[in-house]
Amino acid sequence: MGRQRHTAALDTAGCPADRTRDLQGRNTVELLSGADMIARFLQDEGVEYIYGYPGGAALHIYDALFRQDKVKHILVRHEQAATHAADGYARASGQPGVVLVTSGPGATNAVTGIATAYMDSIPMVVLCGQVMSHLIGDDAFQETDIVGVTRPIVKHSFSIRHPSEIPEVLKKAFYLASTGRPGPVVVDIPKDMTAPTERYEYVYPKKVKLRSYNPVTRGHTGQIKKAVELMLKAKRPVFYTGGGVVTGKASEGLTDLVKQLGFPITTTLMGIGAYPQSDRQCLGWLGMHGSYESNMAMHHADLIIAIGARFDDRVTNNTSKFCPTAKIIHVDVDPSSVSKTVRADVPIVGPASSVINEMISLVQGQSISQPEALAEWWQKIDGWRAEREGKLYEPSKPGEVLKPQEVIEALCRVTRGEAYVTTDVGQHQMFAAQYYKFDKPNRLITSGGLGTMGFGFPAAMGVKQNFPEDDVVCVTGEGSFQMMMQELSTCKQYGVGVKIVNLNNASLGMVRQWQDLNYKSRHAHSYMESLPDFHMLIEAYGFTAITVNTLDELEPALERAFANKHELVFLDVKVDPFEHVYPMQVPLGAMRDMLLSKTERT
Amino acid sequence: MRHIISILMENEPGALSRVVGLFSQRNFNIETLNVAPTEDPSLSRLTVTTIGDDRVIEQITKHLNKLIDVVKLVDLTEGNHIERELMLVKVKALGAARDEVKRTVDIFRAQIVDVTPSLYTVQITGDASKLDAFLQAMAPVGILEVARTGVSGIARGDKVLSL
Repeated sequence: MGRQRHTAALDTAGCPADRTRDLQGRNTVELLSGADMIARFLQDEGVEYIYGYPGGAALHIYDALFRQDKVKHILVRHEQAATHAADGYARASGQPGVVLVTSGPGATNAVTGIATAYMDSIPMVVLCGQVMSHLIGDDAFQETDIVGVTRPIVKHSFSIRHPSEIPEVLKKAFYLASTGRPGPVVVDIPKDMTAPTERYEYVYPKKVKLRSYNPVTRGHTGQIKKAVELMLKAKRPVFYTGGGVVTGKASEGLTDLVKQLGFPITTTLMGIGAYPQSDRQCLGWLGMHGSYESNMAMHHADLIIAIGARFDDRVTNNTSKFCPTAKIIHVDVDPSSVSKTVRADVPIVGPASSVINEMISLVQGQSISQPEALAEWWQKIDGWRAEREGKLYEPSKPGEVLKPQEVIEALCRVTRGEAYVTTDVGQHQMFAAQYYKFDKPNRLITSGGLGTMGFGFPAAMGVKQNFPEDDVVCVTGEGSFQMMMQELSTCKQYGVGVKIVNLNNASLGMVRQWQDLNYKSRHAHSYMESLPDFHMLIEAYGFTAITVNTLDELEPALERAFANKHELVFLDVKVDPFEHVYPMQVPLGAMRDMLLSKTERT
Repeated sequence: MRHIISILMENEPGALSRVVGLFSQRNFNIETLNVAPTEDPSLSRLTVTTIGDDRVIEQITKHLNKLIDVVKLVDLTEGNHIERELMLVKVKALGAARDEVKRTVDIFRAQIVDVTPSLYTVQITGDASKLDAFLQAMAPVGILEVARTGVSGIARGDKVLSL
């Protein structure tokens, strides 16, 4: 790429490009300013929506976006919402989300969203404006060392040092964000790199290579064989799969493999939907608030087949008591996840999809060597299931305040289990994950690793804009919603028809639950003393709000909310503030040590 | 156990901060650190000594490898290797001690590289324990200033760390 500089007078007519011509007058190379290169690159990369907020250091880029119409910019009301919206889109579609923010406060506001994407391995490219290069380090106006600030929460970051590097750096950013174990990539762009008067050759780089980055494309065949041998011999096997199967687009393969073997499967919170939850072989999800049968099966298993999961502390509980009788097969694309907290007996580093496909071809035509043992194992599991059947929570009595679980079950019925469900963080998140039944991957969109309150609503926006014909619902609580409710304004501007189900218990439910259990019900700052009138608040933005107080109002209200796909409707559902999320693992215990209700424990 | 990890990485701004940041972020510990460009100006070689059990060292090498700027690395302590550290020390050299310092410098095969009426500046290379021993020997005389490079190392034999 030529570094030769072509200057031109600032183009007030709005013509973005200069071209050099050969002797016959044909166009040879295109000359673009750094800002126009960014706009053009995003077009060439096939990016449809970007989320952002303008400011001084990003203005050249905003001007370039203004002069084209292929890439649509969505103006949010807070940069954190931009990152969550891009993140929501990425989780629903598997494509990297794109964010554009200005330097300093614009970039620091995006930090929570970048960390959220990092913890859940979500592909995202964040373009940050920066002060002009000669001012960097001078504490210039709106200067932050954003590469430094975000260093521990990005997969990688770049700082543009010359406008001519822009196409290649952006290509690398998208490549890094979306391959291997995905993650957010920050690109820091000093304002002088996008100056409209300096133009350089632009060529869209079709390919990119980094000598120091070669993500694995397949697992070790010998290890996979060993794993399959263990699987065929297992007496009490269980699949434990995570977000890696969803981001690795391996859920079809996984479903095939699990069905062929007839083994039980439990997923992590991030892995929900990778295997249809309505299928008999699915035990639900596991861990802190996972299902009784999942945690029991894990504890008693003799073989755990972990795929795309990272043995997070919310799953394992106390690692020294974790699954004492099990051998562990661990498949992950990231070698540093393998044997990080729990040692794997058969480690396999490779992408979920190719490893699963290899496993399927090895399993085909083979039969398991212990069918009686497996049948006995299923009997045991069915026994655990039956133990808790109908006892998961106590439904509300007529005239009583609603239980949050009932709301989610009704939501699942009304949307036929097919909606994209985003959540915020807290009790409502756990209830949504427990009581909505997901049969498809990419449908539950939740901040699992970082646990970011405020994530759900902007994430729902990002999903809805890209899937306008689908039902997109944000299950939230009055605490989380208030962290990002300014985005109602964005929804108004772009006509984003998300549905919001606010499980309003007038308290920070999960905090309150812990205070009930560990602090003798001293509710330190977990009570929301001055809640707004949500009805009026929503109507102030010109949207419909429905308040639900009783069970008989619930389903009609939901039906009404989902009647029009393109209208934002807010359901303020008053629910029981005393309800707890169960099961709940006992701290420092094994997986089987659980509180099952306020009065029962294992 | 002490490990010496040698890393080839992109000679890019910010690459070093990613390595150092990783250690503090993940609660790994750095004993010494040493970095300079190689014969290929696009690459830097960084040598870090760290302490940890096998599990920790495995995590350190895996996470280092995951950094995009890290091209290759080797744990030198897994095989035979040579390790060296260079140290410059200013020691008091007055009266009778002046000769004593000179004799100790010879015993350690160090060199006096600068002289004033009141002190010697000594240059010494060797592995870390030799340097420690020299400092111990000099302590009674009076150490005024110490500058150590940190450990640098290379594998013995035909093994080569290159692209």
